[in-house]
Amino acid sequence: MSIDRMIPSGSQTVGPYFRIGLEHLVCKTSVTESAAGKIEIHGKVLDRDGEPVPDAMLEFWGADPSGAYSGAASRSSGYPAGFQRLATDLDGSFVLSLSKPGPTPCGDGRVQAPHLLVLVFARGLLRHLITRVYFEKESANDSDPVLLELPVERRHTLVAACDATRPNVFRWNVILQGNDETVFFAW
Amino acid sequence: MIELPAVQTAVPGTQPDFCFPPYASSVARSPRMPLVLLPETLTEKTGPVFGHNLIRKNDNDLTAQHEGEALGERILVHGRVLDDEGKPVRGALVEIWQANAAGRYRHKADGHDAPLDPNFSGAGRLLTDDDGRYFFKTIKPGPYPWGNHYNAWRPAHVHFSLFGAGILSRLVTQMYFPGDPLHPLDPIFNSIPDEGARQRLVSRLDMERTQPDYALAYAFDIVLRGSRGTPFEGDPRR
Repeated sequence: MSIDRMIPSGSQTVGPYFRIGLEHLVCKTSVTESAAGKIEIHGKVLDRDGEPVPDAMLEFWGADPSGAYSGAASRSSGYPAGFQRLATDLDGSFVLSLSKPGPTPCGDGRVQAPHLLVLVFARGLLRHLITRVYFEKESANDSDPVLLELPVERRHTLVAACDATRPNVFRWNVILQGNDETVFFAW
Repeated sequence: MIELPAVQTAVPGTQPDFCFPPYASSVARSPRMPLVLLPETLTEKTGPVFGHNLIRKNDNDLTAQHEGEALGERILVHGRVLDDEGKPVRGALVEIWQANAAGRYRHKADGHDAPLDPNFSGAGRLLTDDDGRYFFKTIKPGPYPWGNHYNAWRPAHVHFSLFGAGILSRLVTQMYFPGDPLHPLDPIFNSIPDEGARQRLVSRLDMERTQPDYALAYAFDIVLRGSRGTPFEGDPRR
């Protein structure tokens, strides 16, 4: 039996003033305070001209180190596990600190390499963009069902690179348009 | 290669295109490469759950967050959050933000020469009840000029951010007011091609919920994408 689906409401941009309403959930990451065992993703959001986007908001959704998606709200703070919201600085930069997610089920018997789903909001984006970030040097990347469906020459745009000197740091930029444009998904 | 099931994309015309040149900021910030079909794995079928501890007293009453009462036309904004099968979305996090009655945001980047109201921050939040209902008391925001083109003015609007069941239900939108003559002139509002879909972002004057001698009420229902998958264990919104 088919269900008559209602049409989801139209999206509109977050605009330049989203911090008024959304900053209360923005994670305040201090790099020096990062807990042991955590990794960091350092990056920038850049536009067509390579200009930093200082008014972007990123939301990350991922599994825990065991590969489980909990999402449960913390009893004390109400903040959900596996979710983080960040806002870019004036130079377009962001730092995400997290416990590295484990491999997760794909849903069809295969396994996905460790990754996070990333939602990108900004003034100028009438709908949010959806992408993923993976981690360099994960052997499971080579058999990840989602990465394998992407054009070979664009896969690297979803893989955070290991920092040259700090083993717990990864580098990943979100390039909204132009050279090396990040792969975004349709929704 | 086995192909993964892909997420259903929006009905054409019901969502804005990423690049809509009348909205100037969209031109350099929207992708040009083809979007890739989003696979529907466990990652996409699950999502965060927000707890009541995120909500404080008066978070849904924007007129009462300071010592004095906020200035402007007091209004009540209410509605239901539904999924695309018409079922209520319980426990949905709804966050709103807006300009004050003079059309000014409490934000350092807002350079509009209009007064700030010391008694109005312009931010609210709540979790929907078991029927998917929400209710805010606020001040009707003013229209304001912006730099998109010569003599550009945004119609009065309230920004809405929502999380339903599953991360793909995520929606950020804007609520407009009925009868605003700025609607036909606003590129952000008109970025949604379909007239019917566009008009669903316009709230309805609700005289039944209007409180006599106190405040007009506006009704605004929101439909979120459903989660096609089975909700994950522990999801209170099943």
